Amino acid sequence: MGTNLTIGKAINAGLRASMEHDPKVLVMGEDVGRLGGVFRVTDGLHKDFGADRVIDTPLAESGIVGTAIGMAMRGYRPVVEIQFDGFFFPAANQTFTQLAKMRRRSAGKLSMPIVMRIPYGGGIGAVEHHSESPEAYFTHTAGLRVVTVANPEDAYWMIQQAVRSDDPVIFLEPKRRYYEKAEVDTAAPIEEATPMGAARVARHGTDATLLAYGPMVKTALQAAEADTDHSIEVVDLRSLSPVDYPTIVESVKRTGRLVIAHEAPLSGGPGGEIAARVTEECFYHLESPVIRVAAFDTPYPQSRLEEHYLPDLDRVLDGVDRAFAY
Amino acid sequence: MSDTTAHEEPELIQLLTPEGELTGHPDYPLDISAEEIRALYRDLVLVRRVDSEAVSLQRQGELGLWASLLGQEAAQIGSGRALGERDMAFPSYREHGVAWCRGIAPKELLGMFRGVTNGGWDPHEHGFHLYTIVIGSQALHATGYAMGVQRDGAVGEDGTAVISYFGDGATSQGDTNEAFNFASVNNAPVVFFCQNNQWAISESTERQSRVPIYKRAAGFGFPGVRVDGNDVLACLAVTRAALDNAREGNGPTLVEAFTYRMGAHTTNDDPSRYRASAELDEWKAKDPILRVRRYLENNGLADDAFFASVETESEAIGEQVRSECRALPDPEPLDIFHEVYAEPNVQIDRQRSEFAEYLASFEGAGAEGGR
Repeated sequence: MGTNLTIGKAINAGLRASMEHDPKVLVMGEDVGRLGGVFRVTDGLHKDFGADRVIDTPLAESGIVGTAIGMAMRGYRPVVEIQFDGFFFPAANQTFTQLAKMRRRSAGKLSMPIVMRIPYGGGIGAVEHHSESPEAYFTHTAGLRVVTVANPEDAYWMIQQAVRSDDPVIFLEPKRRYYEKAEVDTAAPIEEATPMGAARVARHGTDATLLAYGPMVKTALQAAEADTDHSIEVVDLRSLSPVDYPTIVESVKRTGRLVIAHEAPLSGGPGGEIAARVTEECFYHLESPVIRVAAFDTPYPQSRLEEHYLPDLDRVLDGVDRAFAY
Repeated sequence: MSDTTAHEEPELIQLLTPEGELTGHPDYPLDISAEEIRALYRDLVLVRRVDSEAVSLQRQGELGLWASLLGQEAAQIGSGRALGERDMAFPSYREHGVAWCRGIAPKELLGMFRGVTNGGWDPHEHGFHLYTIVIGSQALHATGYAMGVQRDGAVGEDGTAVISYFGDGATSQGDTNEAFNFASVNNAPVVFFCQNNQWAISESTERQSRVPIYKRAAGFGFPGVRVDGNDVLACLAVTRAALDNAREGNGPTLVEAFTYRMGAHTTNDDPSRYRASAELDEWKAKDPILRVRRYLENNGLADDAFFASVETESEAIGEQVRSECRALPDPEPLDIFHEVYAEPNVQIDRQRSEFAEYLASFEGAGAEGGR
């Protein structure tokens, strides 16, 4: 028997379970307390766990991440919320020069069990700095783990896995999918959940592999459904760093084609890296070059243009067609 | 123009004059024995020696870089000796004197500058965090740690206090100012210890701040105090008071130790390009070691044998620093992949095994084995 949850509520329930499981888990960020976060993901936690464990911070992202690092050194497990993707940049120094490197600098004496939750991606008609997909900045940085979720099941379990990880985890929440709903078996043991680092075949197929993550998984599944001429396999990447290459390679070796779809800009995006690696490992299995469908190499546009900027069903299908044109 | 400027003639808390006269201060009574003052003198001399050896080692090509503390010994030993065993210090990268007080062996400090470690020591074992290169970052770490101390209930008379070290240049950084604000609104048990050594590489204090640094604390809602940073007794008394205040739950204090970097910013720097020698001469007269020696001598609190024994010890430490530095082993090539993540990482594991295989392919080709 499951509970019907949205992605947003599933993360909330996962945070609650984490805080009940371990008294060292703290939630901190802007407006996470009585308001429950601007997306209400931390709703009710302040009331039940108190202001010492759900900390409303000053409006300073570097301060949030920097103090979380100090808290982690003292034995706490902070879950920080960066209110929107574009607000991560003021915290970039603390994230890249301190958080990611602390374990290495200390020769393993210090761990940084910190989760940075970031509502990310476009499609909600927001003003600038509220719709970006900054995942490539994180995946290029050693020391960070980068994950994202595409359904309530993963949202509920992966946030708990992220909190339990002794590594810093960038937890990207696809904000335009916060209200997607599904059954989650919240009573199952956490050990039975798919591991945080593993990719998942979301739909089986035989003719091409369509790889997506976060907000694009739903679009990819729609595209696979819409292409009645081919049998499209959809792989939900889930972990952007490290990447579960065995699952991807196994799929591509069966289907012979790979199309990668993401909201991040094309150049230097995760798709290019995965394409290069799959080409190395599947050179003799590929029937066509790896095709990427991505956002443009421009700043995120004003919201009245975002439907053109974000890869939609038609652009994903166009990518699939290009793969089959060889 | 404001009538206050960053370098206005300061009201310094001073207990010991440059001439070696013990004056005392009504707000900072210091109950200290002659033996304790002799111990401070020893600390000052020995850390200066560690520092000068490291500068020499850099000149000989044994270290890639060194950030000298010359002139700042009193600020570091005074504040460092104020720390209790449970207290936690968050240094910048010049706090060799504080490291000394926290029991970090000189060779541990050399490792980073020689390029054989990125830090090396265990911060929890010593109550001394790793050196932090990115200016001001550690002020936030200290504040977060102090917020953790609060949550542990580790405040009160036997509580834990936290201290963050940074220079005048760091007060220009957002992180330092964010730390002031986080510490203030949370009433965190942290002391911000700014060593104002007058120069941020070549930028003078006037380029960093329109107001004296210690006065900034008022804007954040906690006390700021300016202490003679070349007076080890004043630094000890003022830091001890600030730490006690923090540990008792009264929140942060900003201590500005007004001092002077007598040497270069680092061994890559040439201060003769940006500051006048007269300035250096003026500060040499305020030497932090000389005044303690004068006090001990003038008051018959130490004899020639004492000074000779410190000198002998200094020679021995100099020799130890030289030999230990040269003996530091180079890391193994595969160390590149170690301790990046706490949990297994398939990407790094794969690169590690590929590189190991590549290195092994050289075996037999030469005695160096791919190094």
